[in-house]
Amino acid sequence: MSRIEITPLEKPRVPVEAEVISPDVFAGKSLEEIGNLEVWRGNRKKKLKELFKISGDVGGKPSEVTIIINGDASFAKRIGQNMTAGEIVIKGNVGMHVGAGMMGGKIVVEGNADHWAGAEMKAGVLHIKGNAGNYLGGNYRGGVGMSELQKGVYGTIIVEGNAGNEVGAWMSGGKIIVKGDVGAFAGVHMSGGSIVVHGNVAERAGGEMKGGSIIAMGRLSELLPSFEYKGEAGEVEVYGEKIPGPFLTFTGDLAENGKGMIYLLKEKNTHIRTF
Amino acid sequence: MPNAYVLKGGYVYDPLNGIDGEKMDVAIADGKIVDTAPKGAKVIDVSGKVVMPGGVCIHSHIAGGKVNSGRRLRPEDHRKDVVPKRGQLRSGVGYTVPSTFITGYRFAAMGYTTVFEPAVPPLKARHTHEEFQDTPILDNGGFVLTGNNWFVLNYIRNNEMDKLAAYIAWLLWATKCYAVKIVNPGGVESWGWGKNVNGLDDKVPYFDVSPREIVTALAQVNEKLGLPHTIHVHGNNLGHPGNYEITLETMEAVREVKPAKGRRNVIHFTHVQFNAYAGTSWKDFASGGKEIAEYINKHDHVTVDIGQVIFGDATTMTADGPWEFTLHQITGGNKWVNSDVELETGSGIVPYVFRRTIPVNAVQWAIGLEIMLSVNDLYKVCLTTDHPNGGPFYFYPKIISWLVSRKARNEMLEKTHKAAAERTTLKDLDREFSLYDVAIVTRATQAKILGLKNRGHLGPGAKGDVAVYDLDPTKVDISSNPDLVEKAFSAALYTFKDGEIVVKDGEVIAAPQGSTIWVKVKSLEEMMPLIEEDLKEMWKHYTVSLSNYPVQMEYLPKSEMIEVGA
Repeated sequence: MSRIEITPLEKPRVPVEAEVISPDVFAGKSLEEIGNLEVWRGNRKKKLKELFKISGDVGGKPSEVTIIINGDASFAKRIGQNMTAGEIVIKGNVGMHVGAGMMGGKIVVEGNADHWAGAEMKAGVLHIKGNAGNYLGGNYRGGVGMSELQKGVYGTIIVEGNAGNEVGAWMSGGKIIVKGDVGAFAGVHMSGGSIVVHGNVAERAGGEMKGGSIIAMGRLSELLPSFEYKGEAGEVEVYGEKIPGPFLTFTGDLAENGKGMIYLLKEKNTHIRTF
Repeated sequence: MPNAYVLKGGYVYDPLNGIDGEKMDVAIADGKIVDTAPKGAKVIDVSGKVVMPGGVCIHSHIAGGKVNSGRRLRPEDHRKDVVPKRGQLRSGVGYTVPSTFITGYRFAAMGYTTVFEPAVPPLKARHTHEEFQDTPILDNGGFVLTGNNWFVLNYIRNNEMDKLAAYIAWLLWATKCYAVKIVNPGGVESWGWGKNVNGLDDKVPYFDVSPREIVTALAQVNEKLGLPHTIHVHGNNLGHPGNYEITLETMEAVREVKPAKGRRNVIHFTHVQFNAYAGTSWKDFASGGKEIAEYINKHDHVTVDIGQVIFGDATTMTADGPWEFTLHQITGGNKWVNSDVELETGSGIVPYVFRRTIPVNAVQWAIGLEIMLSVNDLYKVCLTTDHPNGGPFYFYPKIISWLVSRKARNEMLEKTHKAAAERTTLKDLDREFSLYDVAIVTRATQAKILGLKNRGHLGPGAKGDVAVYDLDPTKVDISSNPDLVEKAFSAALYTFKDGEIVVKDGEVIAAPQGSTIWVKVKSLEEMMPLIEEDLKEMWKHYTVSLSNYPVQMEYLPKSEMIEVGA
């Protein structure tokens, strides 16, 4: 097993494009080689060792590599982008696009994550202990949000705090669990997968959704008029895991094909019309 | 002396001058090919390399309103192909709908120097010229859309052929375009009424004219005006099973039209692959390519380009609005654009993926090659992908590798759904193109059909547009080394544009402004009184004033006007 610790030497004012911080890239490289990896800071190329102190034991396979980032990495974008195996632990905040396009492995963010965390991710686990920004598990323009790498292989995002707007935009598979609240347009355009929100959900959840499910354990501020009430459900199953209710169930968005599902915990959502 | 080069000792392929791989020197001075180079000309040793005229493409959607809408529609397409700024060269993106600068660079890197945008809605002509300005290196020109234009339909209904001729002449001047394009004649106007035309004698609502009348009238006027290119036709029922019949009917409809002086052809049927389908539904979808090729072999009034399909991503874009609506439905509601251009035309855009495993796509892929390999006289057929409809233009070298090598075709056939072998004649075709043949279909034919006198060949006086490829035909058997052929044609060793080196070792090193080629009919002023009143009367329906309509010369920083008689 390999454990590589990298510690930010400074806090650059200009963001750094740090997609090389990934077990897939670090695997099979010496500490020196890792230090010489190139990153863009603004429009300048920098070596990783100019920005981070790097130490630890290197490893041969991505699945054997654990990368620990000691400190605030909120200036660093794209950490763990497209990673397929191994683990990254960030002991602080992290910049945009963390774990975007992930295809395996695990990322733990002990602080907050900026926008597009886990965007377009296909497998693996992204665990954010603080808050997440907008487009959590969402898509880039024209693309598909979280999706299944193959049938039955999907990614999971867990956020202990709150998440921003458009959580799970255009997602077609996988699971997003937010322990706090989420902003507007959760699950907009989604066609598969599930978004489970333990806190409150802001307006316009599920706009233009064609499939998948949004489960609100808290209060939904307002339901779109293009959803149809389908009765109560005692519990909901999300990828084999049962969540106890009772729930009010709705299908929509009828502006599309109306095959998406919204489940609202009954006791918190007495203000929602059911006719 | 600057501006003069001698390309020494290359194997020259210049079909229009009958030169087939002869080892000889090519001299360039002051932007033109010359007999003998002036003293002090820079000598470049190209012995053991292939030398050809700069490539000419008759049909690639590279500029204008719908191309730009296609770019805006497909951010996910650009993301996978990002090109950084390099030296003096601009940054940009691919993939299927590249930005203007990347379009110029990538065509030039393949040795191409002239490319035509084949669908310019008159109202969007200014936009098209603005994008031409930003598409470096390439000489360019546009084909103006006419097949669903209200003036055209009115004049045909009233049988006012002189007025139609005057209007076409005026329109070419007003849009600074090069040729007359017809897309789904009558169908796009019908689409404004929620309809389409399915037969050559169906009538367009209100105007009460048929596709047959539109194509015939425009062909007559085109030839009467003596335009350098024939009418350039995207047929009716494009994309539909069984449409090869209407393709043949359309070709037959103009057979008796008297060609302009100096040629026998009167119609160019474009991306004919998309209009060469047999069968009655998607289930029994098959090739009508053999029938099309047989017709072309028997008749001299028709030329075609193939519109070859490339497996992978494409962005379909055409003025054929109703077909794009159908395609939007076929793709299960894929994102799309559909628009109506006032009195003139329409358009649509739908992203599409051609897959080897899908029978219909497999057959489509085979038909393009089938037609190209079945036409005897290669001066009737051009290599295109109808970029970006069949696939991006940067796959031309791949297509060349299939044409020169049966082995390469068979390898693809094996990987492709069996429908490609079973429902076309491709597997039985043993013809293999020589480099001379390749030069014909990528340069000579295209320049000849377009009526370009100074391009597509290396005779003295021709433009100094030359491509050099790193391939030694005396050492490499191209038929058994398709990969080497593809590699050589993908990255030209040198591309010369107007006598200057613009590409070296496959890398663009200079990006000068290309010329815009357009046609002016000499007698336009004399004909104008015929239509002046009509223009004023019809202009009530336009959202722009007549005086703001014509494209000003300021939009053509390098204008190459071709004056024609009549």
